[in-house]
Amino acid sequence: MPRGEMIVNREEARALAVKMGGGIVVVKAQIHAGGRGKGGGVKLAHNPDEAEKLAGGILGMTLVTHQTGPEGRLVKRVLIEEGLEVARELYLGLVIDRGTGQPVFMASTEGGMEIEVVAAERPEKILKEFIDPAIGFQAFQARKLAFGLGLDSARLGDAVKFFSNLYRAFEATDASLVEINPFVVTKDGRLLALDAKMTFDDNALFRHPDIRELRDLGEEDPLEVKATNFGLNYIRLDGSVGCMVNGAGLAMATMDIIQYAGGRPANFLDVGGGANEEQVKHGFEIILSDPNVRAVFINIFGGIMRCDIVANGVVAAARSLGFKTPVVVRLEGTNVELGQKILRESGLNFTVAANMKDGAEKVVELAKN
Amino acid sequence: MSILVDENTRLLVQGITGREGGFHASQAIAYGTKVVAGVTPGKGGTKALADNGPGVPVFNTVREAVEKTGANVSMIFVPPPFAADAIMEAADAGLPLIVAITEGIPTLDMVRVRQFLSRNKSRLIGPNCPGIISPGKCKVGIMPGSIHRPGHVGVISRSGTLTYEAVGQLTALGIGQSTCIGIGGDPIIGTSFTDALRLMNDDPETRGIIMIGEIGGSAEEEAAGFIKAKVKKPVVGFIAGRTAPPGRRMGHAGAIISGGKGTADDKIRALEAAGVILAASPALMGETLKERLKDKG
Repeated sequence: MPRGEMIVNREEARALAVKMGGGIVVVKAQIHAGGRGKGGGVKLAHNPDEAEKLAGGILGMTLVTHQTGPEGRLVKRVLIEEGLEVARELYLGLVIDRGTGQPVFMASTEGGMEIEVVAAERPEKILKEFIDPAIGFQAFQARKLAFGLGLDSARLGDAVKFFSNLYRAFEATDASLVEINPFVVTKDGRLLALDAKMTFDDNALFRHPDIRELRDLGEEDPLEVKATNFGLNYIRLDGSVGCMVNGAGLAMATMDIIQYAGGRPANFLDVGGGANEEQVKHGFEIILSDPNVRAVFINIFGGIMRCDIVANGVVAAARSLGFKTPVVVRLEGTNVELGQKILRESGLNFTVAANMKDGAEKVVELAKN
Repeated sequence: MSILVDENTRLLVQGITGREGGFHASQAIAYGTKVVAGVTPGKGGTKALADNGPGVPVFNTVREAVEKTGANVSMIFVPPPFAADAIMEAADAGLPLIVAITEGIPTLDMVRVRQFLSRNKSRLIGPNCPGIISPGKCKVGIMPGSIHRPGHVGVISRSGTLTYEAVGQLTALGIGQSTCIGIGGDPIIGTSFTDALRLMNDDPETRGIIMIGEIGGSAEEEAAGFIKAKVKKPVVGFIAGRTAPPGRRMGHAGAIISGGKGTADDKIRALEAAGVILAASPALMGETLKERLKDKG
């Protein structure tokens, strides 16, 4: 890895550039998303003055890349890295291939910024080695990739060691993605990772408390963080119809049917198997904290879950929170008539829907007012 | 005939002494499924669910349970850190079918499980799935039995409650189901759309199929290839997640659009090209199948 340090203000950038010899440095935005170069978050500075100016420009900017979504991310930290004379930019990546159920090590001569384009337009430029999980990543596979990338025989030992270590890191941390882009060959023949991105399997965090510690809540939406604390699965979107559903597939389908009915979902929220009063209350609070929300659709298909229990939970939550936003509730499953009766007789601002289509149409209409 | 589970199923429940395992085992019994054994290491020799009846014998190992009771299917409710091990134990004991309900198993664990299963004859459904039901015959899962009706439509889905939505619509239209399989919401699963379609294509009792997919991966696209080549029965589909933003995990570990791949629109296009009729709205899954069956005559 090239020498580099993180900074949070422009004066530190200048000081670091001087410390590194006053020559070329790279100023890189640090956010939890890729595509930073293309988005204008990575710049080359030729001297400490320029380093200060560029760092000042990048710090505090809202960086929009094709991976952040249109709202972008606020840049709070910047990495200042030694400049290098790059001869070649390559790409290395490790993911689990869903089709074969195996980890796959990918390498390409087309490093730099556009790997998704390479995959789409020139897939033959991406070398792949599938890894047998019982055996691991073998040296001969690393050699195949190294020679496939056109690396010099003199670089072979370093390359094999680097690739093997990369797989070891992938496996040891239960990563779902490891990317080195670009993986660089410098003019003086060194192999360096100029950037690294790792995504970790949420399902495996229970066995990696150190990785869980690394979570930077400042990089995440505050409502989403709050939801996680209550065991709710919540993703904020930008529409005006809030929704609360049990089950991820039905929750996605509910977002879809809201759009089909002419509205725009404000969020994804899966209450999972626990639509009891506590969970429903937290769900309501979180959805209603979003100022864009004009109406809420609760869509519960209870199998084991009884509709009267859900209805009681919804009523209790609404009473204790005391809000005015119109709510459409669609219940299905065990004790559905009893559940609907409880909602209608609560005296609260609930509309009871007959089915999912009816619910979506009603809530979209209410959100327009 | 239905597929994989029926009146001959003898079910063992791994994790029966836990809250979820115990509850759903008793629900299965209430539905008419023959639950013959439970497995919890260390609790062998005891009886589970003995409050209102004879109870179910609990064994220390799957192998012993199979030997003593002739169990031929396992349903797994073991927590995520230990679930992969439970699946492999069941496969090692030679069970032809394993249904893993557990959500949250690490992906690399499933990579190893899949490798292990390729060496023996066990079929895995799941993980992170509601299970499988042949209405009127046998329920191996957490789905509400009461919304199902015996019949001739097969349902294959990555989701739980969205499947119940489809089943509810079919039942309300008077259309019964042969077998409903939840294949699960994880990125690495034991039975794919293609695997399930193959079985339903070969089942004389299944006359039409509903496929419920979602964003992430390319299982629906692969299935489209199989449908085009081999499936003559009417297939209707719905793909959830047209409104999902890219790069975010939408609840299910496998429901994520990454690197531009796995979008709902791509899957819809691939399935339409294979002759599958896609329901535009999730409220129209039953209706769409009804029309398709009518057209076929």
